[in-house]
Amino acid sequence: MMQGLIQWLQSIPNWQPYGEPKYFAWLLALLIPIVVAMFFGRRLKIYQSLVSLGFIVVMYTGASYHQLFALVAYVIWQTIIVFAYHAYRKNHDTFPVFAGAVFLAILPLIFVKVTPAIDDGNNSLLGFLGISYLTFRSVAMLMEMRDGVLKDIKLSTFLRFMLYMPTISSGPIDRYRRFEEDYDNVPTRAEYLDLLEKSVWYLMLGFFYKYVLAYFFGTILLVPLKAHALAVGGWMNWSTVGVMYAYGFDLFFDFAGYSLFAVAISYLMGIKIPMNFNQPFKSPNIKDFWNRWHISLSFWFRDFVFMRIVFVLVKNKVFKNRNVTSSVAYILNMLIMGFWHGVTWYYISYGLLHGLAIVVNDAWLRKKKKINKERRLAGNPPLPSNKWTTALGIVVTFQFVMISFLLFSGFLDQLWFHNIK
Amino acid sequence: MDIQADLIEMIDDLFMEDISDIMDEDLYNAGILDSMGTVELIVAMEEKFGIKVPVSELGRDDWNTGNKIVAGIKGLKNA
Repeated sequence: MMQGLIQWLQSIPNWQPYGEPKYFAWLLALLIPIVVAMFFGRRLKIYQSLVSLGFIVVMYTGASYHQLFALVAYVIWQTIIVFAYHAYRKNHDTFPVFAGAVFLAILPLIFVKVTPAIDDGNNSLLGFLGISYLTFRSVAMLMEMRDGVLKDIKLSTFLRFMLYMPTISSGPIDRYRRFEEDYDNVPTRAEYLDLLEKSVWYLMLGFFYKYVLAYFFGTILLVPLKAHALAVGGWMNWSTVGVMYAYGFDLFFDFAGYSLFAVAISYLMGIKIPMNFNQPFKSPNIKDFWNRWHISLSFWFRDFVFMRIVFVLVKNKVFKNRNVTSSVAYILNMLIMGFWHGVTWYYISYGLLHGLAIVVNDAWLRKKKKINKERRLAGNPPLPSNKWTTALGIVVTFQFVMISFLLFSGFLDQLWFHNIK
Repeated sequence: MDIQADLIEMIDDLFMEDISDIMDEDLYNAGILDSMGTVELIVAMEEKFGIKVPVSELGRDDWNTGNKIVAGIKGLKNA
């Protein structure tokens, strides 16, 4: 029977989320009943679950059928941990049990991230597309249960939340309480019309980002630039500078385009998942960049990593100076984010670089505040802050971000250490 | 014991900002609170008022002004 199931799964064509026009055609057609029902103030819970499941299964069919088994095993694992901790937390609250639950919840992800680094680039059998994003959801639930703000959880809502089709592969990362509220409350007709309007706009913009701009930067420009840069070789050359910009724009338009699709499809289902990008290349400084780039991830790290580290450091008075506390926490936070991207020298140094940049940015903001206070007391006008200083900030931030993306791309690894000419 | 006066003094000690005239202003938009400051305020409130403020409760919508924080402290003290 198992053999038959595997053969059947292998025979179904594999459809990656938002990967091709056919995918959109089928998805939008199958969503019509949901949209019509929403319009009349009803949520077709069972139909929506079936459509979602169908699209989840085709993500993992064909050659990647084993990912479907990994997904099922993973969801059972997380369900046990989350509900066991929930039962425990009703009457108890100790740190070791909490830490143990979080550790067990991230254990599969650790295996998946570490395996390629120690096993010659091979992928772990536990892995499946989207494992990180499911882990963020369940770990956040454990944290909120420890905090005592998440008290009631339902198995059906939990499974819908974990396996929420529009965002399963790459986010945006939603929060359980927010998701549950949207799921249980159908938007009014006026609200839903607004969501529909936004959804259409986001789909159009997403197509433009992903299939025009990302194609232009990522395929038309990036491929020949990379080939040329590798042919020239050395530590640095002009084509590599070209690779840097082409890759940076490709990364943004590809991911922002995907995120727009996910938000658009989710809005059609009446679930207002958070936006992931807010014009990141207009950021006047690097702290602001992280409020605008992959927002649902950076806010997840802010709430569940950074603030927790700061809490432990402040509560136990580890450092006398608050600036040391925040600097240590920023660097740890960004390093962990780097490790999460993958256990390679370039992801980890990408994280470290951003951590250091935030520390420098923070120190400058403090310095500016202090200088302006002194100037005010001395009767002098504050340091200039106008469109020129903002423009300078935007240019410097953009260049820094692009350099960090070149590191992140892994291209330097290829150019420096694996360039076979 | 006046919670409002204590909170104003606490924020003045921690961040050198006087919020007595802007109790309804968003402290994040005003640049007084950020994620770092939020945690410092939580630890200070825990020590001062003997309450346990969950880190994930100080969301930027529920506890973002002086008056809302005062209301939140009162709520937790009576809980």
